This record gives sequence, structure tokens and C-alpha cells, in this order.
Amino acid sequence: MNVMEHLPALIIAIPLLAAFLTPLVDKISKKVRNAVVFIALAATFILTIFLVQDVFENGIMIYVMGASNPTQTIPMQAAVPIRIVLEIDGLSAFMALISVLIALIGLIYSFSHVEERGGKFYTLFLLMLVGMLGMELTGDLFNLFVFLEIASIASAALITYEFKRGSTTEAALKYIVISSIAALFVLFAIGLLYGEYDLLNMAAIAKAIKITGLSNIDMIALILFFAAFAMKAGAAPMHMWMPDAYGEAPGAVSMVLIAVTQASLYALLRMCFTIYADSLHVVIPAAIIIFGLISIFIGVTMALIQDDIKRLIAYAAVAEVGYILLAIGVGLYGVLNNEVELYARKALQGGIFHIFNDILDIGLLFLVAGGIIYITKERNLNKLGGLAHSMKYTSILFLIGLAAVAGLPPMNGFASKIMIYESVYKVSPILSIVAILASIIMLAIFVKIFHSVFTGPKISEQKDVPKLMLASMIILAALIIFFGLFPDIIINNVVNPAVNALIENAAYISNVMG
Amino acid sequence: MLIKTVGGYWDPIVWIVAFIVIAIIAYIIRAFGKGEYKGGEQTKPFLSGVEEPSKEKVHVRASNIYWGFIEALKGYYDYMKRMHSGVVNDYVAWFVGVAAIMFVVMFAAVII
Repeated sequence: MNVMEHLPALIIAIPLLAAFLTPLVDKISKKVRNAVVFIALAATFILTIFLVQDVFENGIMIYVMGASNPTQTIPMQAAVPIRIVLEIDGLSAFMALISVLIALIGLIYSFSHVEERGGKFYTLFLLMLVGMLGMELTGDLFNLFVFLEIASIASAALITYEFKRGSTTEAALKYIVISSIAALFVLFAIGLLYGEYDLLNMAAIAKAIKITGLSNIDMIALILFFAAFAMKAGAAPMHMWMPDAYGEAPGAVSMVLIAVTQASLYALLRMCFTIYADSLHVVIPAAIIIFGLISIFIGVTMALIQDDIKRLIAYAAVAEVGYILLAIGVGLYGVLNNEVELYARKALQGGIFHIFNDILDIGLLFLVAGGIIYITKERNLNKLGGLAHSMKYTSILFLIGLAAVAGLPPMNGFASKIMIYESVYKVSPILSIVAILASIIMLAIFVKIFHSVFTGPKISEQKDVPKLMLASMIILAALIIFFGLFPDIIINNVVNPAVNALIENAAYISNVMG
Repeated sequence: MLIKTVGGYWDPIVWIVAFIVIAIIAYIIRAFGKGEYKGGEQTKPFLSGVEEPSKEKVHVRASNIYWGFIEALKGYYDYMKRMHSGVVNDYVAWFVGVAAIMFVVMFAAVII
């Protein structure tokens, strides 16, 4: 068996099998369980790197599930794809890479403190990853819905992991209610498209829409997809679930939840740039830009008044999603108006790079917050203080995260934000001004946390966080600094192929349809 | 290291070099300051003869930071707090409401 040929299936299958193996191994030994989970995730990470390398070198990779020839998308006696097709282009590869990377870091972090009900925790953790990866690698709409549900259900269960605090159960309930309604929207939209074209394959539907033009049914499906994925991505004013979910989940889960929301953002990108593409009305990029601006504004202003450390970071995460939406909206606007080289390509580069930076920066802050809560058992900023006396490493790591998320040079957040500021300026200077002002408020927000938590007189004697927690935070901080100093490495090698995949959507269609 | 933006380029290494040069210049200017400065009583804040309160008493808590900013935007924040009610029915209402507005806007835009 040629392993390379089966990479897309293996990347989903390994964590899926490990997820169901974990509760069984948990009965034998906690150490063996941790080893199994780690090996499974490390193997997935290595295979994902191979996949990414292959996609970036050889172009789109196709895998037909259950077919004797995994690259034969259309069976001999059929005219359209029937089986489930996994289709991995530059964007899918980019998303899969950051999802697995962040899950691996989150896993290392979790090893330090997840003991009680660990078997269930790691099963759900792996299932959450499977959901994300499935959403990012599939080329089939119904499959996308199934993986969306897997990710949502696993996420909801993980949010309520610390169920002894009643608020976690409430947050999980809200999350599952809103996610279920979004999933129904998606299912209904898929049903509409299936009813119209008898197709579930994304490339095949994209080709059909291209040939027949945008019908009213297509538009209804588009709006349903758009609303559902924008809500799942955390776009304001549909973001209210985010502070609840991010705020109540354990630290590592909050970080991986960012990747889950980014998977929904990926689905939104896939709808806009691949399936509907040229048929889109200009009102769609305008809506994305408006959602971006509202998210930035509401995110930063609401973060400013929070006293709960994790809810505060969660609102900052809403604002970060806003920056990504703003860049993507401007990029899509440019693509539809044939102004790709003028500003659209740079806007998309900034937006895609910011997806990566958002996960690293906000992820680091969530890990630090999780560490503080783990040590002090306190999440209210008014009751914390002086921790820099005893948690020196954690305070330095928080400062790195603070500088990155506020977009201070020379951090990675600055590199992506400057690309966004300058490209959106070409569409309207107002957009840039709002984005820059919000970034300044973002700095003020995190200065508030740093002042409240780390400075001032020592309130009580505390030790620093466990070594594995510290190690995972250091990995994130190192990545932040490295990609801040050498942004060209990630832009040239990882971001550009993803942007090309967005702009040149014809290849995505032709690889399946011939 | 260098990335091209719409308006120019961004090179973090150049920025770091510039930062170091500016820091050195600032340090040199600072060194021109009074050499005999010793600290002690002259470094303590003067509060009209009132003794300085302890650090524990003067540490500004999180709720009080940016008080003026939040007070100035009281109307906005009152509305935003009502909007973020924490009730799942409201979350669903906002979601469905936004979707409904998108339907109207999208179809209106296409018809126009």
C-alpha cells in the first residue's frame, strides 16, 4: 500500500480510531492512554506535513473514499461524482496544518492537569480534531455537514468538562442549541442544492452553478450557508455564544475552539470563493466587510468592560475574527471587480496569515489564562494581582501574547495587520482607520489584564504553572516570535498557496470534473 | 524577512535595528542627565504633606481601569449589556434576525 496515496484518509482515520481506543486504554493505565493519544496526534501531524508538502509541490490532491482507484472521481458508468471525495488544495492543506498543530500543542498542555475523566476528555478532544479536519479536507457538502456536527458535539461536551461549575453546563447548552440551529441551516441549504442539481460534490455543484447561473434556490442556499458559517465563525452580532463557550471551557479547549471556529470560516471561504465564486453578487463581500467591522468594534469595546479574564480574551477573539472577515471581504470584493493584483491578493494574504496568527496569539493568551486559573483558582481580574512576583515565566509569555495580539512590531500580529490595513485602505480609508483604532484599544485591553493580574503588590504566594503547561506556552511564544521575525517564510510557503487556491478556483473544479 | 505590502514593505529586522539605534541614542541623551542624583527623599511623591498610602491601597483594580472611557460611553454600554443578555433565546433571535435581513438585502440587491 502506498501510504502517500492514502494520506487524506489516514489523517482523518488515525485520530478517529485513537478517539475510540482511548476509553479502552484508559482502563489499563493513564500513562499508556496519554502515550496512545500523543502518538496518534503526532502521527497525524507528521502525515499532515507530508500532505501539505505534496499539495504545495504537486497541486490539488484527490481521494475518493471506498474506490479501488482513489483518484477516479467519476465512476465508469456515471457522469458525476457519486462517492465521497476528499479534495485538498492549498487552503485545505493550510487549515489542516494549523488545526493539527494547535491540537498537538493543546494536548501537551492538557497532559499537565487533565486527570479526572481523562479518557472521555481525550476521546472528545480527538473527535473535535476529526471534525475540524473532516470539514477542511472534504470535497462533499453532506460530509461537511457531518463533520460540522462531530466538531460541534465534541466541542459542547468539552466546554462542560468542568461541569462542577454550573456555568460550564449553561455555556455548553447555549453552544449546542445555537450550533444545532446553524447545522439545520446548513442541512437545509444542502437539501436545496441537492434538490436542484442532484449533486453533493462541491466541485460538481460549483460547475453546475457556473453553467446555469445563480438561481433563486442557489441564492437562498447561499444565504443559509453564509449566516450559519458566519455565526459559527463568531461574526458579530451573532457572536454571543463565543464569550460563554471560550470563557467556560478549559484553557486548552478554548484554544482548540478557535481552530474549530476557523474551520467554519474555512467553510465560508469555500462557499464564497469556490462554489459560488464569480456568480456572487457584490452585496456578499459588502456583508462580510460589515460583519468584520461590527465584530472588531463590538469585540474590543465589550472586552474593555469584562472582569473575567477568559471572557475578556474571548471578546478579543471576536475582534480578531473581525480583522479576518474584513480582509476576506475586501479580498472577495477585489476578486469580483478584477482588482486582484491591485489590493485583493494582499488583502487575502493578510487575512489568511491572520487566521494563523489569531490561533497562535489568542491561543497563547488562553493558555496563560488557563494556567492562572489553574494555579490561583480565580478568574476575576479584581481579585487577582501581583502574580509576576511568583509566575515570572508566565508573565513574560503573557507579554509576548499581548504584544502579538495588539499588533505591536515586530510580532506576527503586526505583519498580518499591516497587510490588512494597507489593502483595505484601497477600498475605503475608513476601514483602515477603524481597524487601527481598534488595534490601539486592543492594546489597552491587554494592558488592563497585565496590570490587574501581574503587577501590583503580591496578594498570595503562588508557584509557577506545571512544566508541560509552560512547555506548550513556550512553543506558541516561539512560533509567534519566529513568524514575527520571518513572516516571509510562512507567507511564501504556506499562505500564498492558500491564497492562490482561493483566487484560482477553476483548478478545484477541474480536478474532480475533468 | 521582508514582505511586500500594498503601500511598501515590512522588514522586522530593519525595525529591530532601528529600535536598537534609537534606544542607544535615548540612553546617551539620558546619560547627559545629572550625575549626582541620589534618590532617597527626593524620589518620594509629595502629597501636600500627607503620608503616601501603601501600595496595596493604591493599586487600581480591573473594574476601575478606563473608568472615564466607560462612563463617557455609558449609553452605548447600557445597550450592549442588554444585547448580551446571556439568554439563549436572544442568541437565536439575533442569528435568525441577521439571516432574515440578509435574505431581504440580497434579494433586493439582485432585483435592483
